[in-house]
Amino acid sequence: MKQMHLIAVAVCAALASCAPAEDKVSGAGTTAGVAPVVAGEATMRRLTAEQYQNVIADLFGDTIELGGRFEPELRVNGLMAVGASSVSVTAAGMEQYDMMARRIAAQIMDEKRRALMMPCQPADAKLADDACARQFLAESGLWLYRRPLTDAELGSYVTTANKAAARLGNFHDGLAMSFSAMLASPRFLFRQETLEPDPAHKGQVRLTAYAKAAQLSFFLWNSGPDRALFEAARTGEIHTPKGYAKQVDRMIASPRLERGVRAFFVDNFHFDEFSLLTKDAEIFPKFSAQVLADAQEQTLRTVVDLLVKRRGDYRDIFTTKKTFLTQELAAIYKVPVAEHGPNGSPDIWQAFEFSKDSAYGGVQSQIAFTALHSHPGRSSPTIRGKAIREILMCQKVPAPPGNVDFKLVQDTNNPVYRTVRQRMDAHATNPVCTGCHKITDPMGYALETFDGGGAFRTKENGADIDASGTLDGKQFKSAMELGKVLHDSPATANCLVNRMASYATGRTFKREPWIQAMEQGFAAQGYVVPELMRAVALHDVFTRVAPPAQQAAN
Amino acid sequence: MNKLASRRRVLKSTTVGLATAVGLPLLDCFLNANGNAMAATDGKKAGAPLPVCFGTWWQGLGLNPGRWIPEKVGAGYTHNVELKPLEKFTGRMNVISGTKYFLDGRPLETHTTGLQIASMGRIPTGVNTVASLDSEIADVIGKNTRFRSIELALDGSRASVSKRAGSATNPSDPSPEALYARIFGPEFRDPNAADFTPDVQAMARRSVLSDVQDERMSLAKELGASDRARLDEYFTALRQVEQQLDIELRKPDPLPACSASAKPTDIKTGREVAFVEQNIKMFGTLMAHALACGQTRVFNVMVGSLGLRKPGTTQSWHPLTHEEPIDDALGYQKEVTWFIDFMNRGFASFLTELDSIKEGAGTVLDRSVVVWQTDHGYARTHTIDALPIFTVGGAAGRLKTGIHVSAAGDPATRIGLTMQQAMGVQRGSWGGLSNETSKTFTEILA
Repeated sequence: MKQMHLIAVAVCAALASCAPAEDKVSGAGTTAGVAPVVAGEATMRRLTAEQYQNVIADLFGDTIELGGRFEPELRVNGLMAVGASSVSVTAAGMEQYDMMARRIAAQIMDEKRRALMMPCQPADAKLADDACARQFLAESGLWLYRRPLTDAELGSYVTTANKAAARLGNFHDGLAMSFSAMLASPRFLFRQETLEPDPAHKGQVRLTAYAKAAQLSFFLWNSGPDRALFEAARTGEIHTPKGYAKQVDRMIASPRLERGVRAFFVDNFHFDEFSLLTKDAEIFPKFSAQVLADAQEQTLRTVVDLLVKRRGDYRDIFTTKKTFLTQELAAIYKVPVAEHGPNGSPDIWQAFEFSKDSAYGGVQSQIAFTALHSHPGRSSPTIRGKAIREILMCQKVPAPPGNVDFKLVQDTNNPVYRTVRQRMDAHATNPVCTGCHKITDPMGYALETFDGGGAFRTKENGADIDASGTLDGKQFKSAMELGKVLHDSPATANCLVNRMASYATGRTFKREPWIQAMEQGFAAQGYVVPELMRAVALHDVFTRVAPPAQQAAN
Repeated sequence: MNKLASRRRVLKSTTVGLATAVGLPLLDCFLNANGNAMAATDGKKAGAPLPVCFGTWWQGLGLNPGRWIPEKVGAGYTHNVELKPLEKFTGRMNVISGTKYFLDGRPLETHTTGLQIASMGRIPTGVNTVASLDSEIADVIGKNTRFRSIELALDGSRASVSKRAGSATNPSDPSPEALYARIFGPEFRDPNAADFTPDVQAMARRSVLSDVQDERMSLAKELGASDRARLDEYFTALRQVEQQLDIELRKPDPLPACSASAKPTDIKTGREVAFVEQNIKMFGTLMAHALACGQTRVFNVMVGSLGLRKPGTTQSWHPLTHEEPIDDALGYQKEVTWFIDFMNRGFASFLTELDSIKEGAGTVLDRSVVVWQTDHGYARTHTIDALPIFTVGGAAGRLKTGIHVSAAGDPATRIGLTMQQAMGVQRGSWGGLSNETSKTFTEILA
């Protein structure tokens, strides 16, 4: 209990919300004791494509090409990080892992690169070399398994390398075979929350030091631990509240935090859906493959700059005028950007601030939102409104009912109903439809001033666009005003807290007292996202894990 | 002499555009007198029939009520207007009308619930699900092939109806190019090649997989039940890699109709109809060759209907089903019907490719069955009754064809059960709650 208490103290130190505790809702301000967390069942999460890539890049540099297709990921309760606790590997996926493993191993053992990539070379390249194989496999194994290999594991891989080398008459080919087997091992492809008896709490369990290190690094950096973190695990320092907090501080201060924040927002903003996004080339001629890539990068740069570099208020992502543009994006936004940086540098990304009068402001007005949540040839207030509810506010919009007659919906050639809004209003006369459309459409209407490719417009089919609407009783007349309503809505900030806790742990949570406490902490602390990440990392929920159930689920 | 001449033509037709790698003496040597079964090789019994193959075709968005149900029930029906593109397969297909999906009080997740019931027999209650029927069938008929099953999507996505038990969806190959590389890349062993030398690298790889098996298995001890089930899926997947190596290391049985498919070129993937039309044909060719070469016996086609679109238009197929007014003169939605016709022609084009590879007196299609299913009877109003279902191909004599079965109000899962029984899956009933059935379509079972 001592450790839990100290962690709670550390959280209080990080979040001003903790003092004075009596001001808070029941259980607020502390993370253990007052509003105890029910320990989540240990999970096994499949590495995402980006995590796989990051681990390989951390180990061998970013020149290694993977050259394979990863299995599609599964989104559960808004996050693929949660779905990762449910997915496995299919036969087609295994073929790809196997192929990638061999390809990576071949690049490392390549004659021109091996001196750089390997810590040793064999005495005779035509023969097995036990010592060199052992050195390479032990070092690589630490990074891939995220813990030192056991003697049995290392022995197995070394024997395998030696046997293959003898069979093939080549040390490096043999080692490559053994190493690619390690890359295709479930211990690399899945992150396990490994448990051990907790000496401080008789009869209870805790994450092992190395599992704790990996849990932290994948959450904050979207990759495996670095040497310092491994060292904290090896010495057991990570099990002490002080040592643990020290690592969290170090990792939050690291430039690698950007990578972690980007990964969170790629997941949270559903950017995986870009892989299937198409825009009609005749209707949106400027919407090229480059724009598709740049649009995602623009939003990620916007949030990283605001939330990490400037440690700004999370809610400002809905109103910020500051962003980054390329020439291709500028052509759609119809604003001028220089071809080069201010000092003549060839950076294609230029910092840009939309004018006060511009309709653009906030990530929901950016192409990555307005174009992603549209049809291939036109905008959709319903899809956009649904995205705002589900992605930004964590609210589930019910699926449309069956047996609905859509004949009043939309006829784009209808001379009476020229704008989407007019057509949707006609559709919403059906009482079965109106309930859900009232939840989504009014927010979507505010974004109707952006067409399906993200460009600003004031008219649709020659008729003026009416961008007014309401959100939970708050009225707005434009996209910018919608941004302000989102900024002020408690639902958006609370949603982020819940998503961050889910993302970190791979589990889903209701709005339990401890989550409410964390919401209050986030608010009191000024909605600074790295501080929220710190709070999650230091919270019981992040490290308290129960043994998995032995009965098959469902 | 006539027989030989006819076989010569067969050979010619299967190797158009390719170097003819199969010689006639080889053909004579390995086919039986009827040309539809294996001759004795490597100690195997002569006369074993060529194996049955199973395919699914998932085409969302249904058809137009009143335009596809044949007037006549039973044998000798004639196609209604919407199925005219499939006319040349009439005698070799079955039409099943009238079935429905049951919700049992659960909400209708439009375009999803139907897929779940058709493929798994039930609406799942969580992320973990039962295996889809193609996986059940693959576990029986596809155990010894290089690929347990092949999935492909016509719209360039990875979407698929095929699932293993648990939470693993078998992802589709998104392009003919990717599928070609997977099947006919360097690891393909031509069963008709005169020489066979096992690859040293493959031998070493196979040996490595055995060596590290214990180390991998040890993980199971550390996991709870649900994660152990996921690890089991991993090992099932791994076994396919091992099996592929085993097959690579063994001299394959000759398959006279087998030849590697030509490499697809100028591939464009996406949801535009022109790309889809081209890719249906390419995918069809690849699958036909893959089946003829014994690379797999099970395949699943995901049409990806919802996003299909014509260039320059603001609407894709799905929004059109809801938003296009019914043409007063025609009595149906004109543009939607264009898409239905387009994809029915596409289905016919795919089948034609399967039918183009001759194996003795029959074709690859004749020893296969392809089951066509959809999510809604009428997409415009999301109905889940009066569903169209078709089967094409006689499944190597396991099915009777040329029959229209009317099964008004019955669960659509009857077709899944019928197919599983026809393919040899030991199962007396299939499905969950109201979708459970123990009634097969005995009318079409041979």
